[in-house]
Amino acid sequence: MEPLIKTEGLYRYYGNYCAVRNLGLELYPGEVLGLLGPNGAGKSSTLRMLAGNLAPSAGQIWLNGVDLQSDPIQAKRALGYLPENPPLYPELTVDEYLRYCARLHRISGAAVDEAVSDARGRCGLDEVGQRLIGNLSKGYQQRVGIAQAIVHNPMVVILDEPTVGLDPVQIREIRSLICNLGRERGVILSTHILPEVQAICSRVLILHQGEQAYAASLKQGVRPAGGCFLVRLTQAPELAAIMAMPGICSAESLAQGRYRLQTKKDLIASQLAEQLVQAGWGLEEFAPEQPGLEQIFVRITTGEQSG
Amino acid sequence: MILTIAGRELRSLFLSPLAWNLLAVMQFILAWLFLVQMENFTRLQSRLLRLENAPGLTDLIVVPLLGNVAIITLLLIPLLSMRLISEELRSGTFSLLCSAPISIYQIVLGKYLGLLAMLGVILSMGAVMALSLLSGGELDLGRLAAGLLGLGLVLAAAAAIGLYLSTLSPQPVVAAVGSYGLLLFLWLINLAAGAEGKGSALFAWMAMPTHFDRLLSGLVRSSDLIYFLLIIGLCLILSVHRLDALRTRP
Repeated sequence: MEPLIKTEGLYRYYGNYCAVRNLGLELYPGEVLGLLGPNGAGKSSTLRMLAGNLAPSAGQIWLNGVDLQSDPIQAKRALGYLPENPPLYPELTVDEYLRYCARLHRISGAAVDEAVSDARGRCGLDEVGQRLIGNLSKGYQQRVGIAQAIVHNPMVVILDEPTVGLDPVQIREIRSLICNLGRERGVILSTHILPEVQAICSRVLILHQGEQAYAASLKQGVRPAGGCFLVRLTQAPELAAIMAMPGICSAESLAQGRYRLQTKKDLIASQLAEQLVQAGWGLEEFAPEQPGLEQIFVRITTGEQSG
Repeated sequence: MILTIAGRELRSLFLSPLAWNLLAVMQFILAWLFLVQMENFTRLQSRLLRLENAPGLTDLIVVPLLGNVAIITLLLIPLLSMRLISEELRSGTFSLLCSAPISIYQIVLGKYLGLLAMLGVILSMGAVMALSLLSGGELDLGRLAAGLLGLGLVLAAAAAIGLYLSTLSPQPVVAAVGSYGLLLFLWLINLAAGAEGKGSALFAWMAMPTHFDRLLSGLVRSSDLIYFLLIIGLCLILSVHRLDALRTRP
């Protein structure tokens, strides 16, 4: 399968400062790739380069198999891009603006209205079509920005912090929109919000100081090895007693009879629960935890700096 | 694609009060000057009748009118052109154009055509005023056409200069000040030509009025046309280069 985005040895310098260093990434159809990283890690620079807004200092980018540098117009046909600040004209109405965007992306006359009403519907903008963009709230403006990125039905959608400024209900809607986009197309998005990545991304890439620091598929979940569980036991047994059970790597006592248990790979959740019940400790809560990403993120972004 | 961008530019211009304001103020001042010229003409009419080969309506009203349109519009163009690119750079909407499948020269031409359409409105306002004299007299239509061509070229060259300067800075006001400076310089540089002896030919050639005045007097020379086309072409090419460099430079 041909990748929708492919980069090789991507570098970007601002003066002497290196914002992106030797980045190679690939995005396949049906994937949602999350770009994570602390502030200044090079996320936006990377996305701007992929969207053709910033020329790389070195390296190559292919969008849908077309070289972005040598044939930018053909390559950008496959592209929908939402920058950090949505590129909106406050003096236009939502419909006028989306129609303009559709035309810019070479949608021909008759199909424009259809494309606009489709994008409007998908982003929940049907009631505000006639309103001026400048009068909309931040959340609606953000949605107009997303609508702009998908109005021409691109194969590659690049979203720079798409859920900033949205309320929780809108965030859920936009996430499900992104998941839908990610069925047949490729989506690449940047965010600070870790649960967001776990909720919608099929793959994650953590950038740190412009370099790829971690990459993993999230379909199987990110776990260091084995599993991690949060349990609550009314009997509050000694840690040593828990550690003595087979298959437990480590145990940590939290407040109010809660424990965090690391298990070995071969111990599955049902076995662990059975063991705990048989031990007669009064199992009250049992929740598999997905801590991996946050731990990895913190380790990469703080650990490497000090070390 | 170019027309889409030009259309959006024009639409945004007329959605803001700026364009309407400018047109209203412009029309008022032009009408005033027009009436003053008319008054002068009717006062002189009896004396003119006695002259042989006397200057007519075209000389005494139309030519000064077109000259006034040129000067007033030159004062307004930086206000219209300053937002063209710099506003998009400042508000981040430029990335919409950058990530769309269009080339930079299409962006530049689209913006330029949008501004030209606006200037076309101003030009036609002046033309209609001049043509209104036909209701009560006769005009040298050939000379009027030459004058309008000259006026159009002056405005188009000024618009190109304004467009280029607006690519240089994300601050519209900076772009406006720069355009004022450059336009005034090109308008006044022939003052030096009058004072100096030999080197002045170059200054005279560089000055816009030298070429504009010839067109106003009904003389259409290809060298004058080329002067304006050179300015337009140079500024548009520089704009394309500048916008292209924005992507690569830090």
